[in-house]
Amino acid sequence: MNTDGKTYKKFAQARARKSPVLKNCAAAFASGGAICAAGHGLRTLFSSVGFSDADAGMLTSSTLILIAVLLTGIGVFDTVAKHTGAGTLVPITGFANAVASSAIDSRTEGLVPGVGAKIFTVAGPVLVWGISAGAVYGVIYYFVTALR
Amino acid sequence: MTRLPIRIEKGVYIASSASAAGKNEKEGPLGSAFDASSDDDRFGQDTWERAESEMQRLALDAALGKADFDPSSLDAVFAGDLLNQCVASNYGLLSFGIPFFGLYGACSTAAEGLILASLFCGAGAKRCAAVTSSHFCSAERQFRFPLEYGGQRTPTAQWTVTAAGAFILTDDRDDVRIDASVRAIPRIAAVMPGIAVDRGIDDLSNMGAAMAPAAADTLTRYFSAGADPGEFDLIVTGDLGREGSEILRDLIASTGRDITRNHVDCGMMIYDCDGTDRHAGGSGCGCSAAVMASNILPNVRAGVLKRVLFVGTGALMSPLTVNQKGTIPGIAHLCDITGEVTREAK
Repeated sequence: MNTDGKTYKKFAQARARKSPVLKNCAAAFASGGAICAAGHGLRTLFSSVGFSDADAGMLTSSTLILIAVLLTGIGVFDTVAKHTGAGTLVPITGFANAVASSAIDSRTEGLVPGVGAKIFTVAGPVLVWGISAGAVYGVIYYFVTALR
Repeated sequence: MTRLPIRIEKGVYIASSASAAGKNEKEGPLGSAFDASSDDDRFGQDTWERAESEMQRLALDAALGKADFDPSSLDAVFAGDLLNQCVASNYGLLSFGIPFFGLYGACSTAAEGLILASLFCGAGAKRCAAVTSSHFCSAERQFRFPLEYGGQRTPTAQWTVTAAGAFILTDDRDDVRIDASVRAIPRIAAVMPGIAVDRGIDDLSNMGAAMAPAAADTLTRYFSAGADPGEFDLIVTGDLGREGSEILRDLIASTGRDITRNHVDCGMMIYDCDGTDRHAGGSGCGCSAAVMASNILPNVRAGVLKRVLFVGTGALMSPLTVNQKGTIPGIAHLCDITGEVTREAK
């Protein structure tokens, strides 16, 4: 019983049930793949009715966001996502859910101190570091192209 | 210096107990025992925090009704919950007008409240109450993610219980209302306050492992002071969950004692843990409060259980300290509860 912290931590970790990694990966692969296939279908659909490639891509993202937000709003998204995991988290649907769920959750504190302040609690890090990485890449790209 | 248990020589009795619980808990194995429930977990309120407050109000109201005590006759109420600034308790018990002490002991708060209320009664107060609650939705918002966020939990994660429990204590045995079904009156004979124990666990999803060493510490100190694990019909921990319970039994076994035959955990009792989303069981200070109030204590009153050790276990952390690379200390408070057989049942 008088084990040190490290020994105890190892002992406790050894007792912990492990997440079913293979099953989770398979579910994520299938569901994430299905979402991307559906996205591709949407893109083809938008292109076929006359939208340019850039517009069709943007419309596809917007449609997926709309669906994810609607499913979050009616309480379906989290029920599905606990099975699909990274499959629903990694595509743009996960980002949409992170923003929408935060907004719904903080609605009781009002539109400014609630929704306004809390809407990016979960998605915020992705924005901050995603945009920052984009800016850094932009600077590098500028100099690399200038040197050519 | 060895810290000894505090024995309450003057009789302090649990006159009544009651609970309120949410939908999942109502559908669980103890569902029929809860005094109040809500099909949508909102208890008629428009925010989750108010819903939790309302559960506390309902639980205390029901307990007062069972004891046939007027709120004005209570000298003090010791109450706690998981929310910042103890808001569920503050607002929930406002309408009773009882002198109020707000507590925070994470999931150990039910035992902490019982200890303080019993010592208050033992020190001259006549009647006191202990109330605690937790609500899945308010706790999830504060400690984890938004409710509708689509994430996966690890198998060791515990599920915050939506429930509240209230206990009414009195220093006068004749004050306790007795009906035909009551064979014994639960008496708090001794208490053992917990010492915070930090064994380096830093995983928010494995709090059973953080709390188990604290439970082992308190129990070992209690047993070393002269009690044998076999003397108790039940040793009730709340809430170590599945992993934490296994670790506790192992830690106690390493001291040469055996609690495998009579140890139960409130977190494992409140849900049907196999094949549900509850993973390693329930947690939250409403869990042990509701299980004690609506299952264990009624069994003491009915004479089914004669002596029970209640060990409330809490993980004393916040998401902030965990993000700051802090580890999670656990704490465990103990109450030794004996059923004193009523004159009618003798």
